[in-house]
Amino acid sequence: MSGHDHEHDHEHSELSETQLRVRALESVLIEKGYVDPAALDLLVETYEKKVGPRNGARVVAKAWADPDYKARLLKDATPAIAEVGYAGRQGEHIVALENTPKLHNMVVCTLCSCYPWPVLGLPPVWYKSAPYRSRAVSDPRGVLKEFGVELPKDTDIRIWDSTAEIRYLVLPVRPKGTEGWSEERLAELVTRDSMIGTGLPKQP
Amino acid sequence: MNGGQDLGGTHGHGPVRPEPNEPVFHGDWEKRAFALTLAMGMPGGWNIDMSRFARENRKPNEYLDMTYYQIWLAGLETLMKERGLVAEEEIEAGRSLHPAKPVPRVLKPEDVAKTLHRGGPTERDTNTKPAFEAGQRVRAKNLNPVTHTRLPRYVRGHVGTIERVLGCHVFPDSNALGKGEDPKWLYTVRFDGRELWGDQADPTTQVSVDAWEPYLEPA
Amino acid sequence: MAHDHDHHHDHDHGSDLDEMTLRVRALETILLEKGYIEPAAIDALIEAYEKKIGPRNGAHVVAKAWADPKFKEWLLKDGTAAMESLGYGGRSGNHLVALENTPAVHNMVVCTLCSCYPWALLGLPPLWYKSAPYRSRTVSEPRSVLKDFGIELPKDTEIRIWDSTAELRYLVVPMRPPGTEGWDEKRLAQLVTRDSMIGTGFPKRPEDLQ
Repeated sequence: MSGHDHEHDHEHSELSETQLRVRALESVLIEKGYVDPAALDLLVETYEKKVGPRNGARVVAKAWADPDYKARLLKDATPAIAEVGYAGRQGEHIVALENTPKLHNMVVCTLCSCYPWPVLGLPPVWYKSAPYRSRAVSDPRGVLKEFGVELPKDTDIRIWDSTAEIRYLVLPVRPKGTEGWSEERLAELVTRDSMIGTGLPKQP
Repeated sequence: MNGGQDLGGTHGHGPVRPEPNEPVFHGDWEKRAFALTLAMGMPGGWNIDMSRFARENRKPNEYLDMTYYQIWLAGLETLMKERGLVAEEEIEAGRSLHPAKPVPRVLKPEDVAKTLHRGGPTERDTNTKPAFEAGQRVRAKNLNPVTHTRLPRYVRGHVGTIERVLGCHVFPDSNALGKGEDPKWLYTVRFDGRELWGDQADPTTQVSVDAWEPYLEPA
Repeated sequence: MAHDHDHHHDHDHGSDLDEMTLRVRALETILLEKGYIEPAAIDALIEAYEKKIGPRNGAHVVAKAWADPKFKEWLLKDGTAAMESLGYGGRSGNHLVALENTPAVHNMVVCTLCSCYPWALLGLPPLWYKSAPYRSRTVSEPRSVLKDFGIELPKDTEIRIWDSTAELRYLVVPMRPPGTEGWDEKRLAQLVTRDSMIGTGFPKRPEDLQ
C-alpha cells in the first residue's frame, strides 16, 4: 500500500489511528468554518495532478535549447522560471545550479524537506527521510551509489543545504547526441532526480 | 534547537531507499493532512517558521519515528491547540464541542490558485549594508538555541567562504517566536568537506548552507 | 498524534513487557542448552549486583575520606589504589578518579555516550542516569538538571561536568556536613547518599538521621 513496512500489526493499527484522526480533524475544522472543503480538494488536486517535475523538465529543456534563456536562468532563476509560467509557494526564490563535467550539484534539506515545489512538485519520501538528510552532506558519493550514479573521482561534488527560503534547481549536463532536438523532445530526457542531483538525465 | 530534525552528518539511518513510481500521496489521509495544513495557515495566523518549529519541537525519538505527514499533522495540532482553535477532546470526538474562535480569513477555493502562486516571499527591503562580501572567509558561530534556528550543528564553529550575498530575508530565529520578521542579510556559505568531516573526508566534497548574518562572524 | 513509544495505546500495556520476558527466557534457555552459560553463574551475577554491590561501598570510601585526612589525600591522588585498599574494585572500577566538592567547585558525573558508572562503588546506575534527558542536558545546562533534583547552587559556584568517555570512572566526594565532628566512619557513611556521589545530590545532614 504505502512506503511503510507492513510486517507489524502494530503499524497497521497505528496507520488506521492516523487515518481516523485526520478524518476527525477535518470534520472539526470544517464544522468550525476554519477551512472550506472545496479549497482543500483544490489544494490536493494542484499538487497531485498539476504541479510536478514536468515543469522543471520544461525549464531545463528550454535552457538546453536556448543559450540566452540559459544565461537568464543562471543569472536570476525566479523570473526566468516565471517566464515559463511557474512560480509561487516554496519557489519564491529559486537559484539554478549548472552541472558541468567537472562539477556535480546535489540539493538537500537536512533540517526538514525544503524543495522547489513550483518546478518539481512535492518531494519524494526518500528526499525527506533521515538516510538522505543525514548522508547527502557527509557521504554524497555513497548516496549517489545508492542511486546507481558513479561520478569520476576528480569531479567536484557540491551539496546545497536548503536552510533558508532559497530553493535550488539543478541544471543537468545536456546529453550528447541531442543536437537540434526540440524542447519537447529534450524535456523527455530530463528526470526528476537529475534536477535534484541524485540522477543523470536519460540518454538518447 | 538541537533536536531530532538536525540530521546532517548523523549515522545509523541506513541506505537511501527510493520508491519506484512513487505516488505523490501514500494514502488518502496524507492528502487531507497536506491540504489541512496549507489551508489552516490563513485562519491560524502562524508563519512558516512557527510551523517548522512546531514540527521539530518534540522528543527526537518521536520525531525520527514519525513519517513525514505524521510530523506535519503533529505540528498542525500543536499550532492549533496553542491558539485555542481546536481542543484534543474535539479531535477525539470528531466534532466541534466548543464554539469556533473568530478567525481573520479562511482560504476560499477561488483564492487557492492565486494564493499558491503568490507564495510567501521572504526578501525584504533594507537600508543596511551586508557585513560580508563574496569571497570572504567567515566562521559559523557556535549557537545552540533551544528554539528554532536554521544553522545546522554540522557547520557550527567551522570556517567557510561567502559565495553569494542573497539579499535581506525574514529571520526565522525571530519569526518563529512571534518576535517579528527582523530581516537579516542572507548568504550562501560554502564549506570544504574536510573542514566539516575531517582530514580523511573526500577532498572533492563541498557543502553550502544559506546562513543569516547573525549566524556568522569574520574568520 | 505522535506515536508515543511509552506505548500508551489501546492495546494491553502488559503485552510489551511480556514480549521482553518471553524473549529473554527463550534466549536463556537456548544458551543454557548449548552450554555457553552456567545457571549458577547467572544467578551469582544477579545476586552480586542486586544485593551485594551498591552505593554503601562508595559511602564507606567517602566516610573514610571525611574521617581520615591522609586517606582523603591518597584517594584524591590515586583513587584506584585507595579504593582497592578497602577491598573494592573490579569491573567498571578498575580506574577510579575521586573528585572533591568544595564551596567553590561542584562536580557532576555523566556518560553522554552510554551509561558508564563506577559499578564497584555505586552498583548499577539508576534509570535516570542512563536516560536521554540526563545524558543530553548535563553537559550543556547542569544547573537546570540540578533544579530537576531540587538543588540550587550559588551563582558563582563553578560546576565541573565529567563525561566518562573512557574507562576512567568518577566518584564525587561531597563536602562533609557540618555538625559531624568526632563522628566515626560508620556513622558518617549513613549521611552519604548515592546521588551525592554522582553530583546530583547533597549528603544528608545530622538532623536528617533522627
